[in-house]
Amino acid sequence: MEVLTEILISFFLVVAGVFGLVGSFGLVKLRDTMQRLHAPTKATTLGVGGVLIASMLYFALVKGSFSFHELLITLFLFITAPITANFISKTYLVKHVSEDDLPDTEQSFGWAIYSDPPDQS
Amino acid sequence: MAARLFPHPLLSLVLVVVWLGLVNKVTLGNVVLGAILGVAVPMLTSPYWPNRPRIRAPLRAAEYALVVLWDIVVANVQVALIILFKPNDRIHSHWITVPLELTSAEAITVLAGTITMTPGTVSVTFSADIHSILVHCLHTDDPDAVRANIKNRYETRLKEIFG
Repeated sequence: MEVLTEILISFFLVVAGVFGLVGSFGLVKLRDTMQRLHAPTKATTLGVGGVLIASMLYFALVKGSFSFHELLITLFLFITAPITANFISKTYLVKHVSEDDLPDTEQSFGWAIYSDPPDQS
Repeated sequence: MAARLFPHPLLSLVLVVVWLGLVNKVTLGNVVLGAILGVAVPMLTSPYWPNRPRIRAPLRAAEYALVVLWDIVVANVQVALIILFKPNDRIHSHWITVPLELTSAEAITVLAGTITMTPGTVSVTFSADIHSILVHCLHTDDPDAVRANIKNRYETRLKEIFG
């Protein structure tokens, strides 16, 4: 039983490590900022998630107590990760991409970072 | 009276649970302190969220969370495989315009977050009138399929949840 627990926890730690490594490798390998953005927003979610699952299993099965912190970390991570990605990509667009390179909005207004919002009054 | 004390019952509940999670110990004192926060914070912040949408279908919301969680795992594996095994000159990145049918700010925020967390896509910006969302896709040979997937898989569910 003890061995099984250890194998299970190690499995999640190794999975987490592999995804963390792949995410970091992606940062080096991919070509431009927009592509690189995909590596940390995806691959590392499972990287962090794996460590958190391992930690929860450790406290539940070995220490015999339940820990809420991992659930909260997951929650905060899922709320904040898309916002970071969004800020980076918007900044990249403003500095390096002209409006002509983007597809049409298919609406009567342009993309928000280049054109003003419609009059609200 | 109850409506004035708890302008946002769900937020109160979330605050209590998050507080208990942060201190990581369920004792009477902590529950009382959490309850005080759960009453005070919604009361103080209620002027900042006028016209908030109601969640019409809580069960559908739970289903949505599970679908997204599963998609995140799949997305991780897919992106990892692309990074590891696809030569750079065969990765075809695309900009995709997704027209929105959702109108409430909260629903659109959830959709944008979901797009960023799931298969090979990052939401970037909106059209100025918030009727379209710009998505960057890491690798696809069929941009229309990606757009259809986002609309069918996520937007229709969110439309049911937020009404």
